[in-house]
Amino acid sequence: MSLVGWRVTSGEAQAPILKLDEPISFWGGIGDNGEIIDVHHPQHGAVVTGRILVMRSGRGSSSGTYVLAELLRLGLAPAAIILTEPDGIIATGALVGAELYDVYMPIATVSAADYELIEDGVEISIVMRGDEAVITSIA
Amino acid sequence: MLEGDHGPAIALSMRIITELGRIRGAQDLVDIESVHIDGCIFYGQAGLDFAQRLVQLGGQVRVPTTVNVGSVDLIHPSLILQNTDKEKWVAQGGRELMQAYVDLGCRQTWTCAPYQMDSRPDEGSHIAWAESNAIVFANSVLGARTDRYGDFVDIAAAITGKAPRGGLHVNANRHGDVVLDCTSLSQAALQTDVTYPLLGYLAGAIAGTSNPVLVGLPSDVSEDALKAVGAAAASSGGVALFHVVGRTPEAATLAEALGPNVNAPVHHITAQRLNAARQELSTAREERLDAVSLGTPHASVDEIAQAHAATAGGPPMAEGVAFYISTGRSVFAEAKTRGHVAALEEWGVTFVLDTCTYVTSILRPGTRTVMTNSGKWAHYAPGNMGVDVVLATLEECVNSATTGIVTWDRELFA
Repeated sequence: MSLVGWRVTSGEAQAPILKLDEPISFWGGIGDNGEIIDVHHPQHGAVVTGRILVMRSGRGSSSGTYVLAELLRLGLAPAAIILTEPDGIIATGALVGAELYDVYMPIATVSAADYELIEDGVEISIVMRGDEAVITSIA
Repeated sequence: MLEGDHGPAIALSMRIITELGRIRGAQDLVDIESVHIDGCIFYGQAGLDFAQRLVQLGGQVRVPTTVNVGSVDLIHPSLILQNTDKEKWVAQGGRELMQAYVDLGCRQTWTCAPYQMDSRPDEGSHIAWAESNAIVFANSVLGARTDRYGDFVDIAAAITGKAPRGGLHVNANRHGDVVLDCTSLSQAALQTDVTYPLLGYLAGAIAGTSNPVLVGLPSDVSEDALKAVGAAAASSGGVALFHVVGRTPEAATLAEALGPNVNAPVHHITAQRLNAARQELSTAREERLDAVSLGTPHASVDEIAQAHAATAGGPPMAEGVAFYISTGRSVFAEAKTRGHVAALEEWGVTFVLDTCTYVTSILRPGTRTVMTNSGKWAHYAPGNMGVDVVLATLEECVNSATTGIVTWDRELFA
């Protein structure tokens, strides 16, 4: 698999995908240990740390920026995030994490069609080329 | 600004504002006239690190900036429980965070209702306000223009005086998307206080993040009632702008409110729906009342006067009940001058300033059942505080406080 999406925030990553069946709110949805704590979420108990988190969109309270910045501070954040539409809450968390802690977590968006091609568990790399995000599966 | 000609705090803040603008597809930046900060509630070290970094870099706000509630009542610090390690950590971090925002030049307002203060944004002015109830009030009731801002972006906007020109800054995004027809509600219902948080709760559930239009409300409906609508609609949904035809600035007529959205769907709000919504929000199973919480968003002078009137000359508060009213410093000072505070304190009311009973540890351990007249409090407190609630009229709250028994009319609306 090789896809081209759009850069939201800069950075590069190589890690296995955690693809969520439903969007998660960082605020109230992900604990400070990187685990999905929303009991209503189908992937309750999964750990986002070090994974390329793939979900259709962001969700929930603007205090989600705090939670993501805190995960970046603690080294417990996802390796990257892929969405189908840009999300200001998630992007702000990443921008603040970069400013404060020099941790550059890439965020990219892909088209709805390409989103369907991304499979849970597959290891991929993501690199930015200008305003494009190049997403490639690792054989 | 980006190059650092104006100093490193402005450069850092400008990087965040311009990147967010690029990400949201904003064409350019807009100059803003005021900021309301929500980032002053303590949720963890990253928030404190960010505010203190801006202080170290010499950051100062460029436009008048108010602050939302913090995690500590600076006037009555002993109200905040510090029994557990987590409570101690929040109290300490909360105090440091509030100090950092003072150092950045914010006015020490510590209120979620900055629109109850002396200087309010003008209709049509661009502002960058954070905190969902303040955002929806500023857009809907004042007719100012703010998008949904949150933690970190709020202070970056204050330090630069700029925000991305997108979302609700743009007139084309301010029309109504869905209609709530309230014309079947009785005059009695429209004169009942708890009707308005319930209408807000339904508006949020129906509209989600789009703009609801309410038709059939009195043209003189109070700002306090509109505050209750907005706060509840921004809790059950993500509403940042609503219109009340014949009352709010962009809705002289339904046609004006809807603009090009002439085929917006219409939902009929009936007495039955109001009763059902109240039962949905009211989780309490116990008969014994532990506490009453008023003032979410922060009580106005009028609301404190109404609480005074409802308690004056009546029976005393029952043993074992705590009765809280949260409000801001400036409203508190005015209510004090008018004699409401002394009378209510005499009756047994605890005033909470600078913070709110649902964001920090104030309720006594063992509190299980709380009555409130706030749709927002009723929505969040069961999850945040682990208590059960009844959403009630002011009269029901006061009467239940005097008996110690939760009493409310499940068929209030008929």
